[in-house]
Amino acid sequence: MTDVVSSPAGVLAKPARRDIGIKRRYAAERRFRAYGIAALSFGLLFLALLLWSVVSKGYTAFQQTMITVPVEFSEQIIDKDNERATDPQKLVTANYPLIARNAVAKVLGVAETDRSGLRAVNQMISDGVRGQLRDMVVANPQIIGTTQTVSLLAAGDIDSAFKGQIDLSVSENNRKVSDQQVGWMNQLAESGALGKHFNTGIFVNGNSSRPEAAGVGVALIGSFYMMLIVLVLALPIGVAASIYLEEFAPKNKFTDLIEVNINNLAAVPSIVYGLLGLAVFINFMGLPRSASLVGGLVLTLMTLPTIIIATRAALKAVPPSIRAAALGLGASKMQTIFHHVLPLAMPGILTGTIIGLAHALGETAPLLLIGMVAFVANYPTTPMDPSTALPVQIYMWANEAERAFVERTSGAIIILLLFLVVMNVGAILLRRRFERRW
Amino acid sequence: MSTPLILLILAIIAIVCYVVGTRHALAIAGGLSSKLHSRPGYYGSFVAICAVLPAAIVLAAWLIASPLYINSTIRGGFPEDVKARSEAEQGLAFGMVNSLARGMDILTLDEIDRVGSNPAELRSALGAKGVALAGDPEPYMVESAGDLNAMNKISNRVMTAVVLIVALIGAGLSYTRISHRFRARNRVERVILGALVVASSIAIITTIGIVMSMLTEAGHFFGRVPAWEFFFGTVWDPRFAAAGASASEGQFGLIPLLLGTLYIGFVAMLVAVPVGLFSAIYMSEYASPKLRSIAKPLLEVLAGIPTIVYGFFALTTVGPFLRDLSSSINGIATGDFANFIQAQSVLTAGFVMGIMLIPYVSSLSDDIITAVPRALRDGSLGLGATKSETIKKVVMPAALPGVVGALLMTASRAIGETMIVVLAAGVAARMQLNPFEPMTTVTVKIVSQLTGDLEFTSPQTLVAFALGITLFVITLCLNIYALFIVRKYREQYE
Repeated sequence: MTDVVSSPAGVLAKPARRDIGIKRRYAAERRFRAYGIAALSFGLLFLALLLWSVVSKGYTAFQQTMITVPVEFSEQIIDKDNERATDPQKLVTANYPLIARNAVAKVLGVAETDRSGLRAVNQMISDGVRGQLRDMVVANPQIIGTTQTVSLLAAGDIDSAFKGQIDLSVSENNRKVSDQQVGWMNQLAESGALGKHFNTGIFVNGNSSRPEAAGVGVALIGSFYMMLIVLVLALPIGVAASIYLEEFAPKNKFTDLIEVNINNLAAVPSIVYGLLGLAVFINFMGLPRSASLVGGLVLTLMTLPTIIIATRAALKAVPPSIRAAALGLGASKMQTIFHHVLPLAMPGILTGTIIGLAHALGETAPLLLIGMVAFVANYPTTPMDPSTALPVQIYMWANEAERAFVERTSGAIIILLLFLVVMNVGAILLRRRFERRW
Repeated sequence: MSTPLILLILAIIAIVCYVVGTRHALAIAGGLSSKLHSRPGYYGSFVAICAVLPAAIVLAAWLIASPLYINSTIRGGFPEDVKARSEAEQGLAFGMVNSLARGMDILTLDEIDRVGSNPAELRSALGAKGVALAGDPEPYMVESAGDLNAMNKISNRVMTAVVLIVALIGAGLSYTRISHRFRARNRVERVILGALVVASSIAIITTIGIVMSMLTEAGHFFGRVPAWEFFFGTVWDPRFAAAGASASEGQFGLIPLLLGTLYIGFVAMLVAVPVGLFSAIYMSEYASPKLRSIAKPLLEVLAGIPTIVYGFFALTTVGPFLRDLSSSINGIATGDFANFIQAQSVLTAGFVMGIMLIPYVSSLSDDIITAVPRALRDGSLGLGATKSETIKKVVMPAALPGVVGALLMTASRAIGETMIVVLAAGVAARMQLNPFEPMTTVTVKIVSQLTGDLEFTSPQTLVAFALGITLFVITLCLNIYALFIVRKYREQYE
């Protein structure tokens, strides 16, 4: 239009295309597309960032700094008056940290009169050596008086410093390890006495207020009990409920109510289940607090809707011809379902169950309310014993201030995520392997 | 006999009954199972069910009823002056009696003789056995504990006898009924159907349990604190829960908590809705099948990560990052390096929660957008609209009700989310609108009121249930409304 006006000659000028805003519209198209890509990348970027932040902080937790030195189990310190035959407590209460300190001080060449030096040496060793050396002596009292080469746990701060997590350029007064200790650390590292070893402690130890000795052992057992309870209760109940709703239930108000109910229960905030558990299982039924039994029951109620929804979908996917064939051969309805439909639906049901279990494994909020936030250092032997769970352990460590606990927390998260990955991959494989397309 | 042992015996009885019943049925038919109405296994199952089911019901009823009866008898036997005391003190006394009874079971006979009835010695003797008592037991408690033990013993013996007799009677009666024409399969199937019905009503029972437990406890709370003070109070200051200290009634105003919940949820939705929606649009309309098959599961990984991990991420990475960022910005702008974003803030919690919600928005909307019929798109494209115009003017309006439903469901998740806000939002209940300051939510307060030592009589503890029922009702309403919208929308294309 503008072209026509601007060329007064007008003769044979090729009529330009009318501007219907194609360029603008294509630009808008490209923009819109870019928004989509940006949104998708944003989501994926944060997934990567989240995983990277956890892994980069946590992978060091699987290594632990140890000081390997010859330790003299001096009779003078352990059992000065030779009373161990009459008083078994003697070996339990002896001053083992002193033995460890002397051993390290000897290697470092710190004089026995240098009290501040000895104190600094003592700070380099974890308090966990008390239990370590005590267990050695109690198990085998013959080693008293001998010298054994023992790998001692280094203190959490030394561990952090050795892994390079403490900024040594900060003024000495503002950090937890002194220059002297760093010097000793390097000296020990050069001689090969101090080094990083694979950290089995994080898998087997109970909770501890000292990061270097803390582990998720108790939490793993607690989580295992809970998953077992969820599996044993939620799978049969969920399958039974789905069979009834999908195959038998008449269409009436009651079944409608159940259906609406299940859909709503799946969306109830998990913390509400915690309140339910507290009020019903602990307050009303009098089950013990902090027990994995209660946790398992609460998680069962929480997982049931997920399992029911998955099972119903799996049952629905079995074609009616299977049912018709079985019924035609004279099977009762119950036989049809239990002998033919259910086995065919099993892969789908198990997939749904594993995903439900994975959700339950990572759930924290309801467990906080039923007293799982407990300092548990001893292994629970039954589901009635006080215990904690992996995500709750993560929550408790996340609230600790020490740098070494950040590493432990991330390490525990990595363990949790590994379990979830294994479960989910298992579910996917199960689906790929056994799922039938009718 | 202990309960697990009784259960074990019942299981053995069941197996024996099954085998005997099956054999008997086959014997009646002369070894030809075709002469029987049902397959032989059904006769065996019938006998087993008749033996175990009534016995198990009796056992369960007894286990529930007998402690109630015994406890009320023991409490009724307390001296008059004890009965005159408050409910809580009676509860304490009863707890002591219980521990005493448990402890006296462990003590050997000569130990009991040695201790005699000296309360202090009894306490130390029990302490050595690992039974800790709160204080020195009074003489009447020792007596009651003895009664309690005696009654428990009698109850247990009678229960064992009754359960086993019921099981044997059931087995015997059902055994005599086996014959050619007896329809064992129908009976067994009826029992199985009953079990299925019971299993499916657990969903209902759970809901009733949630509502009832919260209503009762919240009812106790509203007995102490007026409902309007809770629902319309603007100050949250619960004070500490101390036993018997009625003077320290705090203020329980819901409004600051609700405001924090909604504000953080709003920030989260601000992140999750555009990102999730655009991801869904891109994946369903633009992306190649290959990209889609990679990106979609990856995005859904975000939904599989436990919320505690997000909380930790917010606490250790996002929060400090935002704090340092604000301090640098402030430094560049004004030269003052004070941070104006707190590490724990509405922004931190909302942002991280938003990331967590992205997959919920994207996969729900993806399903809905894909469900819009192809013909609508083809019509629009055929008329010369570009792809984005088609999406904006045709697909999205058609999908809108479903998307709104999905967003409502996501919002209810944001409101009920706990772990992220516990770690990243802060605990100060404040009424303010600065997103850089910490605020707190309903879920945070439920957690903080219920961790640590509890006493189920103080309003400080009970308020958690009032908060819980509020949360439950809000999310329930959002979900029902969302389901309603989604269902209504689905009907249009089916």
